[in-house]
Amino acid sequence: MKLLIVDDSLIMRRAIERCLSGHKFTEIRVAVNGRAAVEEFARFSPDVVTMDITMPEMDGLTAVERILRNNPKAIILIVSALADKSTAVEAIKRGASGFLLKPITIESIQEALDDILSD
Amino acid sequence: MEEYILKIFAKSITRYFDAVADGGAVLGTPYLGSENESAGLGFSAVIGISGTYRGNIYYTATREKLNALLPALGETHPDDTLCAELVGEITNTISGNAREQLGGGFMISTPFILEGRPLSVHTAKNTALYVLPVTWRNHASRVLIAIQKDVDAATPDSESR
Repeated sequence: MKLLIVDDSLIMRRAIERCLSGHKFTEIRVAVNGRAAVEEFARFSPDVVTMDITMPEMDGLTAVERILRNNPKAIILIVSALADKSTAVEAIKRGASGFLLKPITIESIQEALDDILSD
Repeated sequence: MEEYILKIFAKSITRYFDAVADGGAVLGTPYLGSENESAGLGFSAVIGISGTYRGNIYYTATREKLNALLPALGETHPDDTLCAELVGEITNTISGNAREQLGGGFMISTPFILEGRPLSVHTAKNTALYVLPVTWRNHASRVLIAIQKDVDAATPDSESR
């Protein structure tokens, strides 16, 4: 399966890649903001996207909307530090498949992806 | 700023170390800092706060602490680039997690890294600066909180993104 990791933090991109390489995903690419994610999604056609929210240029919630506009079946897991309920609700309203709160662990992100892939 | 805010950030920083490094963060007694005090510890990051609160949140740590923490994130070859990235990510995470109690109206910017520069803390008029010392495996770091409630701001629900 193909995975696109979207986060403006190098540390987080590398941490998520380490958590998920070998866990179902054989091909992984990264994007550093929402705008780059929309472009990379069109080129790469990933099976799953992990998406941060607070990023420069284009935030993750806007990117979710843009991706889903052209790819309504896209599977997107929000991975964000924003811990208020209203943000999680807004993410799901915009079409995200799930919401995972940072800080993450290997177990939490693998479990979250397993959950949304089994739906 | 109330004790309530300090407790929120104490919880956020403890949660970060619990998840990433199997715990071990020891919080010191918070104290009132002063603008221009030498609070930086080598690597620092700042996040701007807007919405229902206004001000800045800083996190600053020694290179030794960050070098010791990076392997917990799987980074086996720590360097200055990764140290700078890590202070930014910690600042982002503890500020974002604070929205659990402060609501979506507590708007945070992306982190700005202040690597290798003296930490110049700017506080708005009538905004107190609180310093929360955090020790992990005998390595020092600090959370600096300089925020004030914006009485003119909208309610959290109408500000959420």
